[in-house]
Amino acid sequence: MKWFNHAKIETNLILMGVLTLITVSIGGLAQIVPLFTVATTIERVEGIRPYTPLELMGRNIYVREGCYTCHSQMVRPFRDELERYGHFSLAAESMYDHPFQWGSKRSGPDLARVGGRYSDDWQAAHLRSPRAVVPESIMPPYAFLDRPLAYADIAEHLKAQRAIGVPYTDAMIANARADLEAQARPEADPAAFQGRYARARQAAFDGDPAAVTEMDAVVAYLQMLGTLVQFRDVTPEQMRQQ
Amino acid sequence: MPTKIEKDALTGTNTTGHEWDGLKELNTPLPKWWLYVMYATIAFSAVWVILYPAFPFQGATGVTGWIAREAVVQDVAAANERMAPMMNRLRAATPQQIAADPELRAFAMAGGRIAFANNCAACHGAGGQGAVGGFPSLADDDWIWGGSYDAIHQTIAHGIRNEEDDEARTSMMPRFVADGVLTPAQVNDVASYVVSLAGDADPGQAAEAERGKPLYAENCASCHGDTGEGNRDVGAPRLNDRIWLHGADRHAIARFIANPRMGVMPAWAGRLDPATINMLTVYVHALGGGEN
Repeated sequence: MKWFNHAKIETNLILMGVLTLITVSIGGLAQIVPLFTVATTIERVEGIRPYTPLELMGRNIYVREGCYTCHSQMVRPFRDELERYGHFSLAAESMYDHPFQWGSKRSGPDLARVGGRYSDDWQAAHLRSPRAVVPESIMPPYAFLDRPLAYADIAEHLKAQRAIGVPYTDAMIANARADLEAQARPEADPAAFQGRYARARQAAFDGDPAAVTEMDAVVAYLQMLGTLVQFRDVTPEQMRQQ
Repeated sequence: MPTKIEKDALTGTNTTGHEWDGLKELNTPLPKWWLYVMYATIAFSAVWVILYPAFPFQGATGVTGWIAREAVVQDVAAANERMAPMMNRLRAATPQQIAADPELRAFAMAGGRIAFANNCAACHGAGGQGAVGGFPSLADDDWIWGGSYDAIHQTIAHGIRNEEDDEARTSMMPRFVADGVLTPAQVNDVASYVVSLAGDADPGQAAEAERGKPLYAENCASCHGDTGEGNRDVGAPRLNDRIWLHGADRHAIARFIANPRMGVMPAWAGRLDPATINMLTVYVHALGGGEN
């Protein structure tokens, strides 16, 4: 192949440029084209809603503390995973995650369906001191989460999410602060809050209804993971990617 | 341009032909085995793209028609069919019948152990030993809601004080200080009396315990019993033993009376197969404290 060799490519600027363009395009297309088909590759299922303000703050703390380095959030379609964690994860379940928390490493268990599996008390006790409830655990303690949650800018967080495609309404943004406080206080009137976020739980997640803490936010987030889709009501046809 | 490709005398490998102020560079070829493995992976990926779903388009599947989600559904169905003869028997039998049948019991103990490790051990401990903070031990005979097969089955299936199951066991202890029923000093007196019920009376606290006795009779005895024997109908734990849910010392008990945190357990009926719940019932019953 005398007419097409490295010596020729390396000394011909135009040929080199064209070949570089072709190579980069192939890699680029493989990453970019799927983004144009997201609308048809995410299944549509009932129940998926944006995170409540408190859950969103909990998710931010989850990312801040790097929980994803040890915990994945994707039940993969294998029988052993289904036996242990429940129904395999759907694309729709992380459609409002920016970025998604699928992860690829499990030093701890998968958390995609941890919501409701344990009590709020257990979640808080376990975060404060994992070995107090699970002696064989290797998780570090997060007792410092019992500090007040900084949420003065909660509406801005919702706006930022909306800017990247999460369908927060104007009412959700206007009431972000009130909704956050209502969810952490079980005695607060649920009507307005529940109207905006269907089936969201209100509770004193950390055991103390008086103050809104980072613990409240993290437990609220953990307790809703994987609970939005009611799999009893979803048919296999709906779950097929459309 | 390579101007002068020459064979290096020492290694027998060609040089690149470039020369910089007398410096030359060997043009060592890639090992053949490595090169052919790479070509093989390229060929493999081409075959893969044809056989399996590789393109992110609507309805794009490979020529095999294989889809991960359908494959796992078939996988689960095949496994369920394989297990069906035994699971059907476990589903149809009551926990008592399972425990009485050696074959079913052996299966239930093995399956129950796995289900317990996966679902229950986080709160109740890997051996059912429980944890301080309201996570009861299942390995002793001090039951809060009852230790018979029926009672254990009911607790597992419907849970305790959860919001998801209407049949969940439920009861609520008043928050004696937070709700203004007792003063903090009175709560201290009651706590001292409760400690004395368990036989751990501190002589230094005798006067407190004496003051706490009538307060106990008035506020606590209706659920926890005159002598602290407890009442399983309302999930009021026995107080006249040395098993404590939230810590054994007088101060922990006083804190709890002042502002109790009631334990919550999820309902498992919607999450686990009825056969699995039966297996768990038999397993938990056998952990140490099962009653008839």
